[in-house]
Amino acid sequence: MSLPLAALGTLAWRNLWRNHRRTLIMLAAIAIGVWAMIFMAALMRGMTDQMVRNGLQTLPGELQLHQRDYRRDPSVVNSMEPPAGELLQVLQSAPVAGWAGRVRVPAVISSERGSRSVTLLGIDPEAEQALGSLPEDLFEGRGLEGKGDRGLVIGASLARRLETALGKRVVIMSQDPDNNVAERGARVVGIYRGRLQGDEDRFVYAGRAAVQELLGIGQQISEIAVSGNDYRRVDEWYPRIAAAAGSGLETLTWTELDPFLGSMLAVQDGFTLVFMVVVFLALSFGLVNTLVMAIFERVREIGLMQALGMRPGLILGQIMLESLFLLCLGLVAGNLLAVLTIAPLASGIDISSVAQGMEMMGMSATLYPALHVQDMLMSTAVVIILGLLASLAPAWRASRLDPVAALTRD
Amino acid sequence: MSDIACRELCKTFHQGGETITALDHVSLDIEEGSFVCLFGPSGSGKTTLLNALGGLDTPDSGAITVGGQRLDGLSRGELADLRLHNIGFVFQAYNLITVLTARENVEFIMQVQGVPAGERRALATRVLEEVGLAGLEGRRPGELSGGQQQRVAVARAIATSPALVLADEPTANLDSRSAAQLMDLFVTLNKERGVTFVISTHDARVMGYARRLIGMRDGLIVSDEQQQPHAMDV
Repeated sequence: MSLPLAALGTLAWRNLWRNHRRTLIMLAAIAIGVWAMIFMAALMRGMTDQMVRNGLQTLPGELQLHQRDYRRDPSVVNSMEPPAGELLQVLQSAPVAGWAGRVRVPAVISSERGSRSVTLLGIDPEAEQALGSLPEDLFEGRGLEGKGDRGLVIGASLARRLETALGKRVVIMSQDPDNNVAERGARVVGIYRGRLQGDEDRFVYAGRAAVQELLGIGQQISEIAVSGNDYRRVDEWYPRIAAAAGSGLETLTWTELDPFLGSMLAVQDGFTLVFMVVVFLALSFGLVNTLVMAIFERVREIGLMQALGMRPGLILGQIMLESLFLLCLGLVAGNLLAVLTIAPLASGIDISSVAQGMEMMGMSATLYPALHVQDMLMSTAVVIILGLLASLAPAWRASRLDPVAALTRD
Repeated sequence: MSDIACRELCKTFHQGGETITALDHVSLDIEEGSFVCLFGPSGSGKTTLLNALGGLDTPDSGAITVGGQRLDGLSRGELADLRLHNIGFVFQAYNLITVLTARENVEFIMQVQGVPAGERRALATRVLEEVGLAGLEGRRPGELSGGQQQRVAVARAIATSPALVLADEPTANLDSRSAAQLMDLFVTLNKERGVTFVISTHDARVMGYARRLIGMRDGLIVSDEQQQPHAMDV
């Protein structure tokens, strides 16, 4: 027998509106639940995106190439030649959006008041621009003007700790390939505010050529950082670069370079799903109660339909359809509400009052909610699947009613 | 199809620690095209017998055959199919699905049966006309009088041309005029279409329409007589 969907659909839809107030209250509850799922997911996505992006700007890049031993011993000994030939060709073609060769060595910076251990970055400012890895907030002085710039750009926090200031001279010291101390005096030409205070203390920027000269390593560099502008799709273009780099170099994606950062995405996906399920479990009590009440009010009618020859399966189907309509309406309203409330927040939510705590998690003072279609789909799937599962019990009971008892129910 | 045979039907209920015998070894044969009234006081077993004949209720023991088919071996779904295709029900009250219009109520069974939309719409309109409800097709049950609601229920019961109509106290909530009109309609359908009617009632005026009267008391058949039918005085 073919399923009389039109008949069941008409009945389900009209039964839904028998008690307008109850249906509207339940719809509002589902809509708010769905909104909460998507809104919270957008906030969490925004937080994760920000943490990952901040992390990638610090790394920097979504992919890096190093000398094979560099990660074990990130000293100048494990430097490599700048890219050439096939590797250079690949780095200069899509989907690579930018790349930079940089010298990155441990160093000590000293002022007349103190010393701090830092990471000295010898960079080409023009190339770094494409990676977004240059300090954004240069609040005193200037940025590096080229790879030959002999000045230093240091973080505001480091300047405070060293009790130094713009224009003052400091000494930067590291080791050359022969393990001799390499040092020179340099003037602080810029002071930056980092996205994270830890960055301000840690990173000191200098022209790449000036650092190469200090260390006596010719044109050699420590790493090549590559960006494709979409950290989620790095696996698609990683193999081409790894093949061009050959076995002499180690090619690592950001998830391998920073496993904690890499695990953020999986953790966030899992957490979002758990959150959605928890919200819906709370909601499901209301849904089941609504269905139970709706069935209780029309037990006689269900008995009548059985007497007329409706199979139990069709009665179950009709009640499940009723639940499906309710869920779908709630989903549409909830998704709409989510879009309407998240869109105005595209310019970010100011969380500066708690920014210090958030900074420890790698976040900055503005949170940008990220509305992802996948979260809307996930909430839809959670609501439909769990909603129908929750509806099964009352629908099953209705379909198994004794028709005589149902018809004589007071 | 509508030949009915019951053999040694027994049914008891337990209520408040008391056992009530609704059917006590009831045996009965009803031929196709009959117009039968079951009468007796409340609690005599009329409704239980009617429900058992329609496969709505299962007797504790005994056998029922409808149109040559034994009901005791059928599943809930198979019994539903039997009712859907062969049996029309008219109850005392709460006969209609309240969220559907008169026409939709009549069409409903045909929809479940899978009758094409155009065909069932035309049939529903025609049957509603036959029962005197032309022009009221779009009204919902709440907008119809008790008599009109019963007529819709009759229209629904006969729209699919069932061989058997089981009616449980169909005139109980109707005024005399509506009751007479409804019974006239039953008689017409019985004569013109050969539909078998089994009607339970304790209304003496309704009994006048029957060609066969079966009296029940305490779950037993106490009388079974043929009679010359006569319409009620209104």
